[in-house]
Amino acid sequence: MKFKPRHLVFMIIVWSALQAQGSGWKSLSEDGLHDPANPAIELLQQPAEALSQLPPDTVGNRVLWNRALREQYIQPRTNIYPETKIEIIDMDIIMEKTGEMPLVLFPHRPHTEWLDCTNCHDKIFIEKVDANPVNMFAILSGQYCGQCHGAVAFPLTECNRCHSVPRSTFAGKPGVQSRTN
Amino acid sequence: MIQMIMLSTMNALNNIIGSGRRLLLIGLAGLGATGFSSGVSAEYADVVLNRLSDKNDVRPVIFPHWFHRIRFRCKVCHNELAFEMRAGANEITMGKIIDGQYCGLCHNNEVAWGVDNCSLCHSGKPGLKTGIRGSNQTGGPGRW
Ligand code: HEC
Ligand code: HEC
Ligand code: HEC
Ligand code: HEC
Ligand code: HEC
Ligand code: HEC
Repeated sequence: MKFKPRHLVFMIIVWSALQAQGSGWKSLSEDGLHDPANPAIELLQQPAEALSQLPPDTVGNRVLWNRALREQYIQPRTNIYPETKIEIIDMDIIMEKTGEMPLVLFPHRPHTEWLDCTNCHDKIFIEKVDANPVNMFAILSGQYCGQCHGAVAFPLTECNRCHSVPRSTFAGKPGVQSRTN
Repeated sequence: MIQMIMLSTMNALNNIIGSGRRLLLIGLAGLGATGFSSGVSAEYADVVLNRLSDKNDVRPVIFPHWFHRIRFRCKVCHNELAFEMRAGANEITMGKIIDGQYCGLCHNNEVAWGVDNCSLCHSGKPGLKTGIRGSNQTGGPGRW
C-alpha cells in the first residue's frame, strides 16, 4: 500500500496528542537538569518568565522565534566586534526529492538573519543547488537540516513547515526561485 | 508507557504504510522514544557540559540556548566567537574562560557578569552526560 496524505495526517494527529502531554515550561528546579540543592538557582531566570512574553508555538521552546525576531519582540545582537561583516540574503530554494511529500522550501532570509553563511557553507551544505544528497534519514540522524532542527531550531516532527509547497499547485522549476515582489 | 503506545502506533502505521516508509517511521519512533525515556524535561536546546566538571568536583555546566538567543544571534557564538556547533566539541576549560576564551569572551564583567559567579554556570545535577537536551519531541540528533 502506498504512502498517502491521510497517513501523514494521522501521524501528525498522533504526534500532537503526545506532544500535548508536555505543554508548559518546567521550572528550573523540576527540569531534571538543574540541581535544586544549588542555592544560586534562585538567581537564574525561569524559562516561563521570558518565553511566555514571546509569540507562542506548540513545539520546541514553544516560541515562534522568527516571528519574535521579525516583529522585534527580541533584538538579539548580530555581532560583538564592530568589524564583523553581517550578510543577509533573500533567496528561496525549492528542493524536490521529497518522494510523495510536498516539496521543501528552504528560505535563506530567516536563516541568514540568525546564522552566518559559513555556518552552513560548505560545512553542512555545498553552496550549489542539488549538490547535497539530503534525505530524511540523514536529517533524522542529525545531518543537514537536522544539525539544527530537532536540536535548537523547531523540531523535525513539524513536517509541513519544511515540506510546505504542495506538488499539485507548484508549476515553477525547483532550485533557486526568482522573486516577483 | 508512553513509549509503548508510541511504538505500537508506529508498528500499526508501518503495516498500513508498507515498506517504503518503514525505515523513516522506525527512525521517527526511535527518536520519539529516546525523547520520552530520558525522563528529562529540560528546556529545549539546553546544553550540558560535563567533560571535566564531575571529575573536578564541581556541578556540570548548563548552557541555556533559549536565554542567550534572546540576546545574541547564533552567528555571534557560532561564527564570530567560533564555538563549534556540536555538543562536547569545544575543549572548554576554566583556565581558558578566565583567559577570555569561550564563555569568557562575554562573561568578563563587560558583555556579561564575570567568572566569579561559579554556581550560575555550574548549576547542573552531578552525573549528567554532556549533550544537548530538552526536547520532548525528539531525542535530538542521534549522530553525536
Ligand atoms: C555572546 C556572549 C556570551 C557568551 C559567549 C556566553 N554568554 Fe552566558 N550570558 C551572556 C549574557 C549577556 C547574559 C546575561 C547577563 C545579565 O543578565 O547580566 C548571560 C547569562 C548567562 C547565564 C545566566 C542565565 C540566567 O538565567 O540568568 C548562564 C548560566 C550563562 N550565561 C552561561 C554561559 C555559559 C556556560 C557560556 C559558555 C558555554 C556562556 N554563557 C557564554 C552572554 C554570553
Ligand atoms: C527541517 C526541515 C524538514 C522537516 C521538519 C522534515 N523534512 Fe522531510 N525532507 C527535508 C529535505 C530538505 C528533504 C530532501 C529534499 C531534497 O533533497 O530535494 C526531505 C525529504 C523527505 C522525503 C523524501 C526522501 C526520503 O528520505 O525518503 C520524505 C519522504 C520526507 N522528507 C518526509 C518527511 C516527514 C514525514 C516529515 C515529518 C515527520 C519530514 N519529512 C520533516 C526537510 C525536512
Ligand atoms: C541554514 C543553512 C544555510 C545558511 C546559513 C546559508 N545557506 Fe546558502 N544554501 C543552503 C541550502 C540548503 C542550499 C541548497 C543546497 C541544495 O539544494 O543542495 C543553499 C544554496 C546556496 C547557493 C546556491 C544557489 C545556486 O544557484 O546553486 C548559494 C549561492 C548560497 N546558498 C549562498 C548563501 C549565502 C551567500 C549565505 C549567507 C548570506 C548562505 N547561503 C547561508 C543553506 C544555507
Ligand atoms: C545551522 C542551523 C540550521 C540548519 C542547518 C537549518 N536550519 Fe532551518 N532554521 C534554523 C533556525 C535557527 C530557524 C529559526 C526558527 C527556530 O529556531 O525554530 C530556522 C527556521 C526554519 C524555517 C522557518 C522559516 C520561517 O520563516 O519561519 C524553515 C522552513 C526551515 N528552517 C527549513 C530548513 C530546511 C529545509 C533546512 C535544510 C535544508 C534547514 N532549515 C536547515 C536553523 C537551521
Ligand atoms: C560562564 C560560565 C562559568 C563560570 C562563571 C564558571 N565556570 Fe567553571 N567551567 C565552565 C565550563 C563551560 C567548564 C567546562 C565544563 C566541562 O566540560 O565539564 C568549566 C570547568 C570548570 C572546572 C573543571 C576543571 C577545569 O579546569 O576546567 C572547574 C574546577 C571549574 N570550572 C570551577 C569553577 C569555579 C571555582 C568558578 C568560580 C570561580 C567557575 N568555575 C565559574 C563555565 C563556567
Ligand atoms: C551565547 C552563545 C551561543 C548562541 C547565541 C547560540 N549558541 Fe549554539 N551552542 C553554544 C554552545 C556553548 C554550545 C555547546 C558547545 C559544546 O558543547 O562544546 C552550542 C551548541 C549548539 C549546537 C550543537 C547541538 C548538538 O546536537 O550537538 C547547535 C546545532 C547549535 N548550538 C545551534 C545554534 C543555533 C541554531 C543558534 C541560534 C538560534 C545558536 N546555537 C545560538 C553557544 C551558543
